[in-house]
Amino acid sequence: MSGPSSGCGFLMSVVVHGDLALNEQEKDLNQRLRRLYPAVNEEETPLPRSWSPKDKFSYIGLSQNNLRVHYKGHGKTPKDAASVRATHPIPAACGVYYFEVKIISKGRDGYVKYMGIGLSAQGVNMNRLPGWDKHSYGYHGDDGHSFCSSGTGQPYGPTFTTGDVIGCCVNLINNTCFYTKNGHSLGIAFTDLPPNLYPTVGLQTPGEVVDANFGQHPFVFDIEDYMREWRTKIQAQIDRFPIGEREGEWQAMIQKMVASYLVHHSYCATAEVFAKSTDQAVHEELASIKNRQKIQKLVLSGRMGEAIETTQQLYPSLLELNPDLLFMLKVRQFIEMVNGTDSEVRCLGGRSPKSQDSYPGSPRLFNSPVHKVEMEVDHFSNGVSESSSNGFLNGSSTHGIDLEECDGDMVDSAQSKRQLCGGSQAAIERMIQFGRELQSMSEHLRRERGKNSANKKMLKDAFSLLAYSDPWISPVGYQLDSIRREPVCSTLNSAILETHNLPKQPPLALAVGQAAQCLSLMARTGSGSCAFASVDDYLH
Amino acid sequence: MKNAVIGNNKQKANLIVLGAVPRLLYLLQQSSSSLELRTECAVVLGSLAMGTENNIKSLVDCHIIPALLQGLLCSDLIFIEACLRCLRTVFISPVTPVQLLYTDPTVIPHLMSLLSRSRHTKEYITQIFAHCCKTPEHQTVLFNHSAIQNIAPLLISPSDKVRMQALKCFSVLAYENTQVSMTLVNVLVDGEQLSQVFVRMMQRDKPIEMQLTAAKCLTYMCRAGAIRTDDNCIILKTLPCLVRMCSKERLLEERVEGAETLAYLMEPDVELQRIASFTDHLVSMLADYFKYPSSVSAITDIKRLDHDLKHAHELRQAAFKLYASLGSNDEDIRKKITETENMMDRIVSGLSESSIKVRLAAVRCLHSLSRSVQQLRTSFHDHAVWKPLMKLLQNAPDEVLVMASSTLCNLLLEFSPSKEPILDSGVIELLCSLTQSDSPALRVNGIWALMNMAFQADQKVKVEIVRALGTEQLFRLLSDPDTNVLMKTLGLLRNLLSTRPHIDQIMSSHGKQIMQAVTLILEGEHSIEVKEQTLCILANIADGNTAKELIMTNDDMLQKIKYYMGHSNVKLQLAATFCISNLIWNEEDGSQERQDKLKDMGFVDILHKLTQASDPNLCDRAKTAMQQYLA
Repeated sequence: MSGPSSGCGFLMSVVVHGDLALNEQEKDLNQRLRRLYPAVNEEETPLPRSWSPKDKFSYIGLSQNNLRVHYKGHGKTPKDAASVRATHPIPAACGVYYFEVKIISKGRDGYVKYMGIGLSAQGVNMNRLPGWDKHSYGYHGDDGHSFCSSGTGQPYGPTFTTGDVIGCCVNLINNTCFYTKNGHSLGIAFTDLPPNLYPTVGLQTPGEVVDANFGQHPFVFDIEDYMREWRTKIQAQIDRFPIGEREGEWQAMIQKMVASYLVHHSYCATAEVFAKSTDQAVHEELASIKNRQKIQKLVLSGRMGEAIETTQQLYPSLLELNPDLLFMLKVRQFIEMVNGTDSEVRCLGGRSPKSQDSYPGSPRLFNSPVHKVEMEVDHFSNGVSESSSNGFLNGSSTHGIDLEECDGDMVDSAQSKRQLCGGSQAAIERMIQFGRELQSMSEHLRRERGKNSANKKMLKDAFSLLAYSDPWISPVGYQLDSIRREPVCSTLNSAILETHNLPKQPPLALAVGQAAQCLSLMARTGSGSCAFASVDDYLH
Repeated sequence: MKNAVIGNNKQKANLIVLGAVPRLLYLLQQSSSSLELRTECAVVLGSLAMGTENNIKSLVDCHIIPALLQGLLCSDLIFIEACLRCLRTVFISPVTPVQLLYTDPTVIPHLMSLLSRSRHTKEYITQIFAHCCKTPEHQTVLFNHSAIQNIAPLLISPSDKVRMQALKCFSVLAYENTQVSMTLVNVLVDGEQLSQVFVRMMQRDKPIEMQLTAAKCLTYMCRAGAIRTDDNCIILKTLPCLVRMCSKERLLEERVEGAETLAYLMEPDVELQRIASFTDHLVSMLADYFKYPSSVSAITDIKRLDHDLKHAHELRQAAFKLYASLGSNDEDIRKKITETENMMDRIVSGLSESSIKVRLAAVRCLHSLSRSVQQLRTSFHDHAVWKPLMKLLQNAPDEVLVMASSTLCNLLLEFSPSKEPILDSGVIELLCSLTQSDSPALRVNGIWALMNMAFQADQKVKVEIVRALGTEQLFRLLSDPDTNVLMKTLGLLRNLLSTRPHIDQIMSSHGKQIMQAVTLILEGEHSIEVKEQTLCILANIADGNTAKELIMTNDDMLQKIKYYMGHSNVKLQLAATFCISNLIWNEEDGSQERQDKLKDMGFVDILHKLTQASDPNLCDRAKTAMQQYLA
């Protein structure tokens, strides 16, 4: 569930009973839009979901959640024409965009049934039918003509009337548009379309009523099949992209990237074998890789105290030179204490902490939309955090440093009996004391290095855990999730690498991040093909 | 040898000339040879088969097919696969007689049993079936050996090649075959209906060949009546898929197949024609089919020119076929077609192309458009289409003649401005000769055209028709076994016998024979329509001045009229009453005597009774007749 839709769920509990069906429709809509346009970032470019009550001529009436349009003018001359635009323009990241309009009533007898369905840019006169003006495009029901920014139409398709469903498809890859009638494609109507067009309908006959479908209901035309064709085309383009004369270099470069990635995340055994079989040099000593691996395992299993200690032993000056990093590690240690996983409380604890160690199940959470949204905000951390979870699993399954074996059964049962600091009074006291030390460290840091809002918030959030009787289900309980160890782990790993003059990001993660950035840049600049080239598709 | 011949046609030919084939076959057939050796022999033979058509001929001449089929009885899978691979290569060549697969009746069941052995046996065997199923007999043999049940599961095989070949099997099995088609709709593949599997194979991300072949399967099932034409899988999937196959993006071969299949799909259904006519600009898209070879291809690329030339005829005939199918029912579509750029010119030049296929398709298209009154009056006349049409009729195979003469029938309709120039071109002799053809369709068209020509024609034309046809031929046609021929001949007679002077003129010279023929038909076993038409002729005769007497003096005929006035069929009653009404009409010489005679024969009583008839037309007609007596 993503943010917006859980918001809906919250609203649903307050609204009156009769609106349940409405919410059902909204859920359908969200689901369908997400399936059709997965590449669209709605926070940046929202999709059209209804007609705009603000962006219409006064002769237009809206009802049924702004999906039904009716004409309430005189309808005597073209001066009585009236249009309405959708709430938002069509985002380029749709790749292919589609909406349908059903003619509910062709209007009163004795009038010519002027009715236009199409697209227009923001600011185009609404006292007109779509297609008549610059940056306005329409397909008219009375004569079946298409109007391309002109008062005179071209013969295009059949006429349409009451009961017909007219669809309008915008291809944002080649900037064309075609219409459909009752599920049958009528062929290209417009080419060279400008960006940021709004779905638009225009009416000019008293009694005319049309309903829009922006995804609220299944479409009559099989738009997904059309999208499949374009996805295949784009992917074939990518697959056939010429590498050129540097073909040999290409392979070497990929091998280098893989090797550096393995080293970065301290898969030492794999890295060693890979380097050997591809005839490459490893730019870091094996011992050093193993050290990093050891520290990472400690962090990822929640044993922060030991992790800090080991780091100080192996890289004596690192944390001294990086007080913010040390602070972050300590805050994490505090959280792990609350969790009952940190070594300092574990030895005091009355029960085995392994029950808290639900880690092995969590990497799968990456597939849930919540985390996906987060990752899209910062593409670099995407690559890192995901891979560090691999690092952990790799380590624990081969040669753990006396990590207790995780007991799958215990994970669930532990949820019900989890207690602060593992339930030990001594541990709680130690935690409180540690908290005080942390507080003074924070004050010290502020004096030495000035205000740091990130540090302040970090500490505040961590301390907030103590304000709840059951911190795990509290609003700040997310901090206790083992997945939160990953950013800490990768930051520490990067810091260690930096001291060795090694890149703090593996080139592979950089490349992936750059590709993702590139796609979002394409979306912003109106290149529709970004819709069908998700980086994820290539990461399997 | 194997390594020497791979990819080298010259070496292959050399080896064949040197007599390698019989030796290889000998080793392959020796059961004393080791399996490895026998397998290697099959592989080398397979390689030789990959060469030129001449290679295949040599292999077939050496009886490679029975030898390899014999090899399939071996239990070793590797050997079987090598034999099948070679057989596949031989059978898919156009020079191999397909019949060789069916000579030994044990072969098909054995192939069925080998089908599921491996991915390769699946691929090769289905490929052999797909290429060797060319006649209804082949379909039946394969069907009887459970081809459908055996091949259906292969449609969801993980191998693309297997899926594709299995799909091709279904398209050749279902073509014009009701039994297969009806069976196919009930087949489930992994719990899913076969038609839905085909629909999935038409998805736009699937290979074009797969989309096209799946569309063919559904088309054939639909035409065989196994799927309704208004089924969504036809209307929303198959039809749009086939229209896409006609687009410029597709290969020329695909465009030809797509257009032909689409033409076939919608031929009998006006709703499909209407939908297709506005789908993806199909009508104007087809105009592009006439632009090969394009001027660009000639300059830039010789290979391309060659390719275009090779397909140009096929493209043109496919487009004509599709236009013909599109325009066969709907007036608006016909208008849209004739308004397409240079359409009429293209048809006119198509009618005189060297390729018989193009000529036939062009005339089919013209025929379809000739059903439009408006087009007959306008574009047909403007482009003088009758000229090439007449030329085509002089010397053409029967199938072209049938279409051309049928089109001519429409061009000879009374309102057609082409009628006059056609008459002047000596068409009557030609049409008369058609009525003597062995083909019922040609006889119908010949007499039909004459009938149309005689409608409201000058005396001169009528006399010319009777003279050219000859009464003997006319009466032969009246006893034609084909009801259509009989009906049109009666129609011709009726048209000839209209307006008083013409009636009297013709009846004075041919009255005896005509009355004989009418008697014969009224006494014979004929449909209501035939008898009605005959009574109408009689009514026309009764309208003549002198011709009347031929009926009045024929008491037998009067009794017959009386009989039909009391018939249970209103149409016959009406026609017979009309006849009497003409006989007793006042203001004509001798009407009083005729009225008296008929009154004596009891006609007045019958007329009186008919004035009470429930049918208003009949009632009116009888009242009008009765008034003649009252006046």
